[in-house]
Parts: sequence; C-alpha cells; structure tokens
Amino acid sequence: MSVLVDEDSRVIVQGITGGEGKFHTEQMIEYGTNVVAGAVPGKGGQEVAGVPVYDTVAEAAEAEDADTSVVFVPPAFAGDACFEALGVDELDLVVTITEGIPTQDVSRVYRRLQETDAYLVGPNCPGVITPGEAKLGILPGNIFEAGRVGLVSRSGTLTYQVVDSLTQRGIGQSTAIGIGGDPIIGTSFVEALALFEQDDKTDAVVMCGEIGGEDEEEAAAYIDEYMTTPVAGFIAGRTAPPGKRMGHAGAIVSGSGTGTAQSKIDALESAGAPVGDTPEEVVDNVEDLL
Amino acid sequence: MRLHEYQAKQVFSDAGIPTPASELAGTVDEAVAAAEEIGYPVAIKAQVHVGGRGKAGGIKLVDDADEAEEAAEDILGMDLKGYTVDRVLVEEAVDFVNELYVGVTMDRGEGKPVAMVSTRGGVNIEEVAEEDPDAIAREHIDPAFGMHPYQARKAVYDAGVDREIARDVASVLTTLYQLWDDRDGADAEINPLMVTSDDDVIAADAVFNVDEDALFRQPELQEMEEEGEFAESELDQKADEYGFDYVRLSGNVGIIGNGAGLVMTTLDLVDHYGGEPANFLDVGGGAKADRIANALDMVFSDENVDSVVFNIFGGITRGDEVAKGINQALEQFDEIPKPVVVRLAGTNWEEGMEILNEDLVTVEKTLESAVQRAVDYAEEVEA
Repeated sequence: MSVLVDEDSRVIVQGITGGEGKFHTEQMIEYGTNVVAGAVPGKGGQEVAGVPVYDTVAEAAEAEDADTSVVFVPPAFAGDACFEALGVDELDLVVTITEGIPTQDVSRVYRRLQETDAYLVGPNCPGVITPGEAKLGILPGNIFEAGRVGLVSRSGTLTYQVVDSLTQRGIGQSTAIGIGGDPIIGTSFVEALALFEQDDKTDAVVMCGEIGGEDEEEAAAYIDEYMTTPVAGFIAGRTAPPGKRMGHAGAIVSGSGTGTAQSKIDALESAGAPVGDTPEEVVDNVEDLL
Repeated sequence: MRLHEYQAKQVFSDAGIPTPASELAGTVDEAVAAAEEIGYPVAIKAQVHVGGRGKAGGIKLVDDADEAEEAAEDILGMDLKGYTVDRVLVEEAVDFVNELYVGVTMDRGEGKPVAMVSTRGGVNIEEVAEEDPDAIAREHIDPAFGMHPYQARKAVYDAGVDREIARDVASVLTTLYQLWDDRDGADAEINPLMVTSDDDVIAADAVFNVDEDALFRQPELQEMEEEGEFAESELDQKADEYGFDYVRLSGNVGIIGNGAGLVMTTLDLVDHYGGEPANFLDVGGGAKADRIANALDMVFSDENVDSVVFNIFGGITRGDEVAKGINQALEQFDEIPKPVVVRLAGTNWEEGMEILNEDLVTVEKTLESAVQRAVDYAEEVEA
C-alpha cells in the first residue's frame, strides 16, 4: 500500500495540450507514471505524448478506466476543471497544480468536494510522488529516492530542499504530498497525516508548514491524539512581520497574532513533534526518530 | 489588492450603501473648494493604505475655510508610516449617535465566507475580536447558495443591534455580501457604520480588498488599482512593474529565491545566523534570465542592502537560465555594487554552474553555507 498514488494509478491530464500540461505529461511518463488520457474541451481526437485526448473528463475516465486526474488548466478555468473532475465518480484523486485560482472559486470547489469521496490535493501545489512508482505534477523526480519517510508540505521548493537533504543522507521517501500554499486547499495536513498513519510503508513523517492560518495547530492536535508514526516538523516564516503576505496567498500573519510561526512551533513540539530550526536540523531529527 | 477609501466608498455607494457626500482633492485649494461645496463641518482624510490614520494625524475635522486650509496644508505631503500623502478625501461630517461594525471576509479555516456584525464599531475591530470575541456576531455563508436575507437578519439580531435600525443594517450587510461576492472581495468592511439621530445608517469608512488572483475578471477594479498607485514607494512600483512578490523588511541582507516557502526559509536562516533580512523576493516558478536580472536590479535598488544571497532550488526553474540572468545583471557593472552569494540546486544546476561567471559572485554549495556567507559579507560592510 502507498499513499494516494502508486504504479497502478491511471492518470488523466486536464489541460494536456497546453505548454505546461504537455511538458509535465512527458516528464510524468518518463518517470513511469501511467498517464492514460488527456482531457481538453474541443481537442478530443488529438494525441499528446502518445496519449489520447478527449473532450470531457467523463469520456476520458470511462474510455481509459482512469482513477486520478491532474489539473494543468489556466487559473481562470481551473475552478471549472476541478468541478468537472469531482463530478466523475470513477476519479478518487484530483491534483490541481494551477497557481492563482480566485479564492472564491476554490471556496466553491471545496464546498463541492465535501459531497464526494474524492481527495483533492492543491491547488497551487507541486503534486504527489511515490518515488520509484509514479509522480503526479511538477516535482523534479531525480532528487527523490524510494524509502520509508513520508513528507507533507505547503511549499514546493521547500519540499525539494528537505527531500534533497534526506536523500543525500541516505534517507528515502515513501510518498511526498505538496498540499499547496493557498488560503483554501483540498487535502489538509490532518488528512495527509491520517493517510501516512495508515500506510505500512511509512515509518516517520516530515511536515513542513508555514505562517498563516491554523492548519498546523490542528495538525499538532491530531498528532498528539492519534499519530503513532513519529513526525518531524519545520515551520517557515519566523521572521515574517504581521500583516504582510509572503508570496503564498495563505502565508500572512493576521494582525491579531494568530497563525504565527511560534504558535505553530509550540503546538507541534508540545505534541511531541520536534521542529528543526534549519532544513538540516529537520533531517537530524528524522534520523533520531527512525 | 486594497482600494483607497475614496475608491471603496465609490464602489459601496454604486451598490446602494449610503455614504457621506465627499470629494477627492490633490491640492489645498481643491480641498477648500470641496469643503465649501459640501458644507461645514467636514472631515479631511489622508488617502493612504495605513491603519490608524486618525491617531497619526491623518484625519482632521474642520468647521470653516481657514481650518480647512490649515488641515489640508498639514495633511497633504505629510509622511504617514512611510507613505507620503498626496491626496485627501474631503467628506461631510456625519452627526452620529452610535457606531457599528459590518464586514464580510473569507474564513480560510472553514473554507467559506463569513459575515460579521458588531455594535462595537468605530474602534480597532481586531482588538475587539481578541478581547471579547462574543461581541462580534458571525454567520457563515454556504458559497453554493450565497447569503439568504434571514442570515443577515440573524447576524444583526445576534449582535444586539437596536430594533429601530435592524432592518437597515441587515440590508447593508446583504448588499455588502453581494458586492463582495460579485467583485471578488477578500475583505469588505464598514467601520464605523454610523447611526444618526434620525435612525439612518451611513458608511463613514470603507475597506475593500480585492483578491489579486481575480483581477482578470474585474476590469473596473483593475483600473482603480492602477489609478491608486500614487502612494506607493519606488521599490513597490518596481516590484509591480516586474511582477514580483516583494516585501520590504528592515535588515540589510538582500534575499532572492524561488518559491514562497523556500524564500521564507532563507529569511529565517539569515536571522538564525545572526543577520537581518532586507526583503522577501520570490521570482516565482520557471523564471527566465531576464526575470532573474530584474530581481537583482530590485534588490540593488534598496540602499539598505549590504549583501545579496541567491537561493534557487529548481523544479520548473532551470539553473542555466538563472546563471544567465545573474551574469546578465552583473556584467553591466564595472564594479559589483554589493557582494552576491549564489546557491543553485535542482533542475540543470550543473549546467548553471558552468555558465555562471564566478569572477562576479561567490558560489556556495549548500543553503546554510550560502546564507552564512551573505551574513558575513553584510557584517563586514557594516563594520
């Protein structure tokens, strides 16, 4: 068993005919991902990277027996693309890479998500990878190494930084999930941690959070109560001043002092998850936990 | 993106929310003329994006032309928390008996909008939220259905608003929600919503923050943003022009990186190694050489910067493009203005290292050593 994606996943790419969609479809296939179809309105009948394209997600899912979709659709249309994917029962995972989707659109997608049994990862995320089996999204496959540490992060490049450090110290990864840096996201830290807790291939989890919101505090409460798999934490944005948005739409410390790096660090540490000051310290902590 | 008060009032007023008579003025003469036309007393209010304008002397009440002239002279050109005031709103002073708060925002934890009402308006609502959260009535809205009128009424009753004005306040809240929904609001607030002795309600201040990501479908608000840029600093204007996520901070180590989480981590490491970050600058994903050169230009333009650290972990972004951009930006100088430390990892980093002109920069292999080196350089300059 692995988390969310494995070598048997059958993947649709929405927006496969666009520049990003095409490039990353090729990368995913090269990595070994089973990309079985593309879906782009008006482009049905074409072929991209050797993969047949359909006009609708439903058609693609039915014809190619797909269970997963990756969304590379531009922000103005990405909310609609998510709705389309969530409306297809066969799909149990939708990974949305697109950055910059209007928050009100995401709020409606999130509302729709509650009516389904599917997982939505993202938006504005690097994707999901089970090293050696399959990757969904834009993560650079070459830095990952198959192993037993799970990783969940709000930031793409920070994920790469930590994974690179893990790999260089000979610590492989079971699955890495980039959950995205937007104010509203589908799969939360808590849901990702629950998946790792149930995964017999994961012996420890690295959780990379950042300022803004209260997801990390909720995750800490979950760790405290339910997790038997040890967790090592990292929180970005200690030096961020209140009221300033630090790149990610979600990364803003509110004026009233919630969502600070310190409150997140304190919550994780009191839940028994050590928080490293630097990415290298995170890897030290993982070594201790294993 | 935050609209100026005068712009937000225009948007609210167009939607049917009562606002005081007002006029924008850029000179003392214009301000006095506007005051004469509106009729005294009037308030003269600085139009800059800072909170607490009143306490900082950016809002003055005046009763005649002499006072209006004096106040406009004081406020126009003044420095308000780093912003130079070059426009004021001249506004009818409303005689009120009560001040309320009305707002709509996205509750990110719940993933849905929330409408808020409080009878403790006219003060810093964040403080109220912290000291006495029950003083703010909250009603979550299902984004699939929008706000029903009963929900607006419920919020108003829960807040304990007087019966005489409850209908009007509920109507303002309904309109505010609709506006927030139609115009891709992030936060919409009226604080205070003044209640007059005749039981009329009127929006004495107006805040409207628009979701930047939705500006593509809000052309009118996009225009307002451009028109409102007069109060931005030179660096902010440059960041807008180049399209960077850039935040100015108080230190002297300039930071450029890709990806918000990694850039924040770089800032934190600068602090960890005893330095002080000068800025947050995220070049974003897939940056090409020109964009990298623009980023260096931005950070060099900040006179507080003593050294620069470049931290790129390529996914979509390619190391060779980054190296080209750094060369391009630095080769134009006879002498490099500030020492630059470069750390490249990820996609095409080896190609990047071959291209990078190592006579112009200091190369470090790891994130930690790069940050340490940049902090050392900044300390040397300061010493």
